[in-house]
Amino acid sequence: MATETFAPTESVSVGLTLPTPILQAQAVSKQFPGVMALDEVDFELRAGEVHVLFGENGAGKSTLIQIFAGVHSPTKGSIRFRGEPIELQGVHHARMLGISAVFQEFSLVPTLTIEENLFLGAELTNRGFLDKSELHRRADGILKQLGFPLRPQQRVQDLSRAEQQMVEIAKAFRTDLSVLILDEPTASLTDREAQRLFAMIEQAKGRGVGIVYVTHRMSEIHHLGDRVTIVRDGKRVATLDVAEVDDERLLQLMTGRVISQVFPKIEFRPARTLLEVSGLTTTDHSVRGLSLAVRSGEVVGLAGLVGSGKSVAGRACFGLERVASGRVMFDGQEVTGRSPRQMLDSGAFYLPPDRREEGLVMMRSVRENVSLPWLAARPFTRFGFLDRGSEQSKVRDLADRLNLQPRNIEHDLERLSGGNQQKVLLAKGLVSTVKLFILDEPTVGVDVGTRVAIYAFIRDLCEGGAGVLLISSDLPEILHLTNRTYVMYRGDLRAELKGAEITQDRVLANFFERTRA
Amino acid sequence: MKGNETPRWLTYSVPLQRLFVRIGVLPFLLVIALIVFSAMSARFFTSENLITVARQATYLAIVAMGQMLALLTGGFDLSVGKIVAITSVITALTMAPLAATHPDATAMTLTLGILAGIGAGTLVGVVNGVGIAVFNVSPFMMTLGTAAISFGIALTLTSGVPVYGLPDAFGTIFNFSRILDIPSPVYVTAGLFLVMHIFLNRTRMGRYLYAVGGNLKASRLSGIDTRFYLFLAYVLCGALAAVAGALLTARLETGEANIGAAMPLDSIAACVIGGVSLRGGVGSVGNVVLGAIFIGLIQNGMDLAQIQSYLQEVVIGVLLILAVIADQLRQFVMLRLKD
Repeated sequence: MATETFAPTESVSVGLTLPTPILQAQAVSKQFPGVMALDEVDFELRAGEVHVLFGENGAGKSTLIQIFAGVHSPTKGSIRFRGEPIELQGVHHARMLGISAVFQEFSLVPTLTIEENLFLGAELTNRGFLDKSELHRRADGILKQLGFPLRPQQRVQDLSRAEQQMVEIAKAFRTDLSVLILDEPTASLTDREAQRLFAMIEQAKGRGVGIVYVTHRMSEIHHLGDRVTIVRDGKRVATLDVAEVDDERLLQLMTGRVISQVFPKIEFRPARTLLEVSGLTTTDHSVRGLSLAVRSGEVVGLAGLVGSGKSVAGRACFGLERVASGRVMFDGQEVTGRSPRQMLDSGAFYLPPDRREEGLVMMRSVRENVSLPWLAARPFTRFGFLDRGSEQSKVRDLADRLNLQPRNIEHDLERLSGGNQQKVLLAKGLVSTVKLFILDEPTVGVDVGTRVAIYAFIRDLCEGGAGVLLISSDLPEILHLTNRTYVMYRGDLRAELKGAEITQDRVLANFFERTRA
Repeated sequence: MKGNETPRWLTYSVPLQRLFVRIGVLPFLLVIALIVFSAMSARFFTSENLITVARQATYLAIVAMGQMLALLTGGFDLSVGKIVAITSVITALTMAPLAATHPDATAMTLTLGILAGIGAGTLVGVVNGVGIAVFNVSPFMMTLGTAAISFGIALTLTSGVPVYGLPDAFGTIFNFSRILDIPSPVYVTAGLFLVMHIFLNRTRMGRYLYAVGGNLKASRLSGIDTRFYLFLAYVLCGALAAVAGALLTARLETGEANIGAAMPLDSIAACVIGGVSLRGGVGSVGNVVLGAIFIGLIQNGMDLAQIQSYLQEVVIGVLLILAVIADQLRQFVMLRLKD
């Protein structure tokens, strides 16, 4: 194996002619089972520029950078590196060419030291043995050059998240770096840490490194970006110079969707207060001083970006998060810190955002999953034994109501499509009389047909007198289904919007950090 | 990995694959074993020999039913062998002095001895359950630790010497007696099987054990006390291993600290061959008993074929690994058939 040297040299000639882009995607498509993640996307990156990739969750940003980094290969289209078409064989291959990505999920071994991690897979050897002193010297050199305040012999598991990210970035600089891909790098950094990161990016730019910067934060686009490419639903919407685009236009390009007959008209009849949260702060401080209320006969939105605390807020209401202060009232009773069992029994239902992770027992049948929260009650238990017959008839009724495909309730969930799995998850809340539904991202990863069915169900629940708290990052959902909406930003409640006030501009204005207030 | 075209033999064998996905590898193995051993020895497929197999398999079947509960929750229990041992020792140490001092009160001696023995074994299960469910110790370390503790206690109490002096009635009732030509331990196993079958399929607790093993978080969101069910699995596993320990003591007519060494391996093998998933959440008690019977058949068949017992260990080990590979293959085929 060739020993690599750390040489911050730049080999692309920057002449008077337009320089060849270092990295190019030409009509790249990526088909995953059931999903067209990317649809003929073009993208180019020049040396020494920061090219921001901007879009909503699930728009295709991640897929594109994963293709650049060698994680996936495109179904169609081609990738060019310094003008030459290439076929990346994997992450290691991309790294050898000088294309390195820092994802949100780090690829570090926590029990090894920084220097061991930096050279993992490319250890320096001397006559067959590890050359530890050389490795130490080079690791130290890289860290110093980048200005990272880290010692090479610290263990990665003892580092903060920001420091671990620095190690990831330093790892990218181990080889002769041409392209650096950063996937929402400031997501978990403090402001000071983010400033240090920005300085590092400026420095890398100066050396001619091209940077693909994935983000959904407005301020960073203007702060760092040279150009911005907006993607939506797997397609490239536009590529623009950052200097000539303002926030409003960016937001419009990111979200602008055709509002079709997808959303039902809901008759809201708000009556008595079901859920009342006052001054709620969780022990991990991801929700601070939250107050909100949900009445029967209405759909209340809880909007915000991933990490805004909206999800944690929903969990805290259902007894899944530790509450430091504040209280939760449900149906006239204080329920702060109650267990999920008690919440279910008193008539609240929580639908988790990740059905495989937290929602469903995938290897068990539809029947067993649907009845699981309610087995203790009649008609499922009779004289201490399960009544299989009434369980079957109840679940079969629900399967009919939700138009579950295939209708066989004895199938295990692995054999169902994502949309039908989501229906099963929803069915769990329809077995018993539930007064309040806390739905966290109820339409994540489902096809349009299921989406419509789920919206119709939300309407039915609301018009039937239940209260619905709809937690969602999906803007159209918030705009068209709710009669009141709370917007959260980084753990704080930013706004409460009512009726006609719930517009795209007003919700989004509170979604993001703004450059101009 | 290039090309998406399916090889022709794969499309032709779809019905066989579906059968494999549905029933697992065990029925195939049972049929093969019956054919092979019948061909090798004329004595194999006789009612007398099959009753012998049932008697031999009965202890393993009971332990395997307990092991299944631990596996259902996604863990396992390596202490079952030593639970058998400590049950045997405590049973014998309780019975022997009582039999000497109260030679006429046999019923009391047997009852107290069995209760003490099974109680001791179950207590190990309780310790396992507390460690795993409350203190989040990995099942591997927890049960390995309690195995060492139990073995150490059993050896200390007996100084490594078998405990004699058990009442004759113990062996007579729980080993030699036959009803309709079938030995009494087989009835005990059958009874436990029935109870387990009803428990797992017809009660809420049984259902929850599957759910907790299948997805702990989803179970919690469904309002299930997941810790309690983890605890319960190891307690019941300990109790079942203890019952097997008591029955084995009746068979040997002595209390021994050195029995049950093969139980952890054999019971896990019986479960896995019977289609219990190591990932938790999947398994049927009927197939586990069949798995135990299969291992009994293999051992018996090899005895008849005069394969020495050391070599038998090799065969069991190979079968266990093959069963795990078959389980992986089953997952793979299942996903394939889904498309």
